[in-house]
Amino acid sequence: MIQIEYLLIVSAVMMFAGVFGFLTRRSTLAILLSVELMLNATDLNFAVFNRMLYPDGYEGYFFALFSIAISAAESAIAIAIMINIYRMIKNIQVDELEKMKW
Amino acid sequence: MESTILILLLPFFSFILLGVFGKWFSHKAAGLVGTAVLLAVAALSYATAYTYFFDTARTAEGVLPTLVPYNFEWLPFFVEGLSFDMGIMLDPISVMMLIVISTVSLMVHIYSFGYMHGERGFQRYYAFLSLFTMSMLGLVVATNIFQMYMFWELVGVSSYLLIGFYYTSPAAIAASKKAFIVTRFADMFFLIGILIYGYYCRSFGFEFNQAGFAQGAMMLPTALFLMFIGGAGKSAMFPLHIWLPDAMEGPTPVSALIHAATMVVAGVFQIARLFPLWIEYAPGALHVVAWVGAFTAFYAAAVACCQSDIKRVLAFSTISQIAFMMVSLGVCTEYTTGHEHVGSLGYMASMFHLFTHAMFKALLFLGAGCIIHAVHSNEMSAMGGLRKYMPITHITFLIACLAISGIPPFSGFFSKDEILTAAFAYMPAMGWIMTAIAAMTAFYMFRLYFGIFWGTENKELHAHHTPHEAPLTMTFPLMFLAVVTCVAGFIPFGHFVSADGVAYDIHLDWGVAGTSIVIAVASIFLATYMYIGERQPKADAMAEKFSKLHQWAYKRFYLDEVYQYITHRIIFAHVSKPIAWFDRHVVDGFFNFLAWGTNALSFQIRGFQSGSVQKYAYVFLLGTLALLAIMALA
Repeated sequence: MIQIEYLLIVSAVMMFAGVFGFLTRRSTLAILLSVELMLNATDLNFAVFNRMLYPDGYEGYFFALFSIAISAAESAIAIAIMINIYRMIKNIQVDELEKMKW
Repeated sequence: MESTILILLLPFFSFILLGVFGKWFSHKAAGLVGTAVLLAVAALSYATAYTYFFDTARTAEGVLPTLVPYNFEWLPFFVEGLSFDMGIMLDPISVMMLIVISTVSLMVHIYSFGYMHGERGFQRYYAFLSLFTMSMLGLVVATNIFQMYMFWELVGVSSYLLIGFYYTSPAAIAASKKAFIVTRFADMFFLIGILIYGYYCRSFGFEFNQAGFAQGAMMLPTALFLMFIGGAGKSAMFPLHIWLPDAMEGPTPVSALIHAATMVVAGVFQIARLFPLWIEYAPGALHVVAWVGAFTAFYAAAVACCQSDIKRVLAFSTISQIAFMMVSLGVCTEYTTGHEHVGSLGYMASMFHLFTHAMFKALLFLGAGCIIHAVHSNEMSAMGGLRKYMPITHITFLIACLAISGIPPFSGFFSKDEILTAAFAYMPAMGWIMTAIAAMTAFYMFRLYFGIFWGTENKELHAHHTPHEAPLTMTFPLMFLAVVTCVAGFIPFGHFVSADGVAYDIHLDWGVAGTSIVIAVASIFLATYMYIGERQPKADAMAEKFSKLHQWAYKRFYLDEVYQYITHRIIFAHVSKPIAWFDRHVVDGFFNFLAWGTNALSFQIRGFQSGSVQKYAYVFLLGTLALLAIMALA
């Protein structure tokens, strides 16, 4: 039997890898990937808590499925935005993207 | 009696129809719609009156019952047990008012066909007339004082709209504003009075339940007197009369309908409506009303003697006659009728005079409209010698003048005689004052009559434009009202309207009647002597001799100037201006400071909005960690 802590450690590593990627990568596409990584960390948490703490229920799995669906939708929107940004500034590097300010 | 609701709804619909869709009506169609609706309203009113007075069983005490065909709760009130109801109530005075309003209004509708012919805004004019008729009818059939107040404001609005009908004339606009502001100012007191009344007596109704009134008896005189101030504004009692002479800027038929026959008697009607309360709980305040009325009657009669604009003369005579009705109500001392002493005679007399006055004063105004139509001026100097050109107007005007002067057998004699009898019964001094004012009435009316129809003809003006008799649409109402004026005095009015509702016979007190006839005839002779000739040396000499007095009376004793001074020099300059300064500099300044502060602060902090997404995320992360730390520590 795998201990719950091991699984949570994997999830935490994924989470903070995502956070680190989000803050440091310059490509918008890489930032999107980091977001996905964070979302997957939470999905993993849902599944782990359901499996380990409440084995009779299914809510955690369902939430994980919801979350996957929502993140798919969100990626679609994010990519659409990126395409638009690319059309405007011929680039998708965030440090070049400074139009959205006062 | 269920059909009474139509009396209110029909004019309302015609108002909507003509007001909203009037643009697509021809003048003729709009006039016909308005007149046809009024014809139906008049027919319904007469049918209601007939059914009410002749086919309704009296109660065991011989009192005409009060019928309430409709009454429903419209809005609950913030005080427990009070509500704002709407409905229709029929009792002797409201049925009597239905007849007066629908008759005069119908005549004015017919008359306006001729008078307003080809006028711009003809449809709008008829729409407003319908609105006024609806509101006035609603006022008299109100089941409670709040409904009365609502319709009271509506007649004020329609009066405002109609005075300002010629909206391109600055004088008309000023007059309509003045009328609205003065009456609104008075209505504020009316509203306060209603609220006090409702709060202390737990009722807005007219059924006067005794338990509620005993507990509120202490505040009743105050409440009633405040309501009277509202009534004094509408009925042009001194010192709130200043709007009525100016209101003559409106079209003449409007003056006949609103500012002579119906709306201006609303104040009298209001006191009559609450009469049981006045007589029971506030007899002292009631006598104050009588003295206010007596002074107003005297003042207006004095001013009327010196005016040269014929509509102004009629306006002041209206003020004076309404004051007669007020006096008549004010001199009442008891509620039950049929006694040896006539303590409640004044109530009947007042309503009787209201009825007869509405007819002959509408006649006078419509006659004046014909004259103005013929010579295109309001000034007496443009008139003179018109009897040859306008025979019908001349005869009907003469009948009305005789009626208002109190010459039998015309209607004014009978009602005025009852008022004088009531005044004498209250206090001989009051009786003599009112008799003297009646004499002044006869004098100024005949001064007006001779000035218009006799005297020097303005040859220059008439050669340019020969005066001619008005068309039939205008002369028919004159003839109809003249017939009413001739016969109305013989109505046994006491059988229909009396203070407690018991029928009784009117007895002419020949001592009073004889005196008043003699004095009226003497005044008429004096007026004839002074004003019939080609020139008026006597009158001019009098005016010369008392030039100061004449000047003062001509200028209406400078009351408008006093108002002007008080409002502009004192209130505007010393109250409004500092308040305006405070508003502009302190109140506005505070809010401007807030706006400026916010603006300045946002300029300072806008650097945070760098546009770099990762910085935001970084700040967000730090914030989350800080929150976590706080929660972990706590």
